Amino acid sequence: MLIEVTGVSHRYGSRTVLADVTVSLDEARIGVIGANGSGKSTFARLLNALVVPTDGRVRLDGLDTARSARDVRRRVGFCFTDPDAQIVMPTVAEDVAFGLRRLRLSKAAVADKVQAALTSYGLDGHADHPAHLLSGGQKQLLALASVLVTEPDLLVLDEPTTLLDLANARRVSELVAALPQQVLLVTHHLDLLAAFDRVLVFHEGRLVADDAPAAAVSFYRGLLA
Amino acid sequence: MNVLGSYVPGTSALHRAPAGAKLAVLVGLGAGSVLLQSPVRVAVAVGVVLVGYLVAGLGWRAPVDQLRPLVWLLGFTLVFHLVVSGWPRATVVVGTVVLLVLAAGLVTLTTRTTALVEVVVKLCGPLRRIGVDPERVGLMVALGVRCVPVVITLAEQVRDAQRARGLTASPRAFAVPLVVRALRHADGLGEALVARGVDD
Repeated sequence: MLIEVTGVSHRYGSRTVLADVTVSLDEARIGVIGANGSGKSTFARLLNALVVPTDGRVRLDGLDTARSARDVRRRVGFCFTDPDAQIVMPTVAEDVAFGLRRLRLSKAAVADKVQAALTSYGLDGHADHPAHLLSGGQKQLLALASVLVTEPDLLVLDEPTTLLDLANARRVSELVAALPQQVLLVTHHLDLLAAFDRVLVFHEGRLVADDAPAAAVSFYRGLLA
Repeated sequence: MNVLGSYVPGTSALHRAPAGAKLAVLVGLGAGSVLLQSPVRVAVAVGVVLVGYLVAGLGWRAPVDQLRPLVWLLGFTLVFHLVVSGWPRATVVVGTVVLLVLAAGLVTLTTRTTALVEVVVKLCGPLRRIGVDPERVGLMVALGVRCVPVVITLAEQVRDAQRARGLTASPRAFAVPLVVRALRHADGLGEALVARGVDD
């Protein structure tokens, strides 16, 4: 999917969180890094039309997020930092099935897709388990399964490993690495980006570096030094 | 503890019964509870519901878990009615509340939320003519059920933070952060619903 961000600025009231960002992305693995409040999460939200820019334009394969938000969301999955805020239904299987509602599939087709997703993401045997009783890692896997079951073309992940321990963070990152989809990952875990194609660095609302992982991470460390 | 909305998988007759029928019985029980004017009748009705828990294979802990959050309310109501209207009335009032809570718990513990939502959506179908979206009403019910354990968890976190800072008897220090966290959670949930295409 070709992501085109052209002259984008975004303000919350009088506070500018993104300033004149222009970038074009079509790589399979894109990383986004930056300090807290640097604008990276707002940038990620632009891609799912959760945020419509105050100025400028965001287009995904030619679809303008301001005009075609529904079509954009059908093609772009979004995974939040806190899975608790993303899990909508009380049980695991019900939550995975939730995203399939809009596809108007038969009950049997939904059940098949849900079962396949639970198996793929290591949640087999938890179908009727209350979602709130899962561990943090399982909740994040459920959040991922619930988004990926709808087969989006692009998956945007906003710090999906921030609340996880090392083992679960590794599990989630391995799972993400194996996905066939295009992935844009916002993270503070810089080691996750080693195998990525391209990394963007945000600082005080501006895109200040756009490079290969090693160079971008080095630039970011320099910013913080 | 199994809170409202925590469906317990099973294959009992109650699990297999249609969600619509279970809801109809629950509504009928609620309406008919006004006829239970003697302690014996209330006791028999509570006994029948408790048998339902056993038939569903939920065990004895499940009804206790359903009532535990209401202990203070039930205790206060019991004392109030003992003072104001005597023990027969006190028993009937408290017994009826216990009956309805247990019956509602039995329905939610043996019915998937999606099945309950489907019934609500069907029942709200005619309201489409006056601009009500039945799917939205169903979603509201599902979110209500989902949010019960979330709010309980938030309350536990706030209470722990309160204790850690030595504010054990401050209702304000409990209520303000709980409301703030609940609103923040609602905000995040709303954003997640949009991201998952709910406004499609």
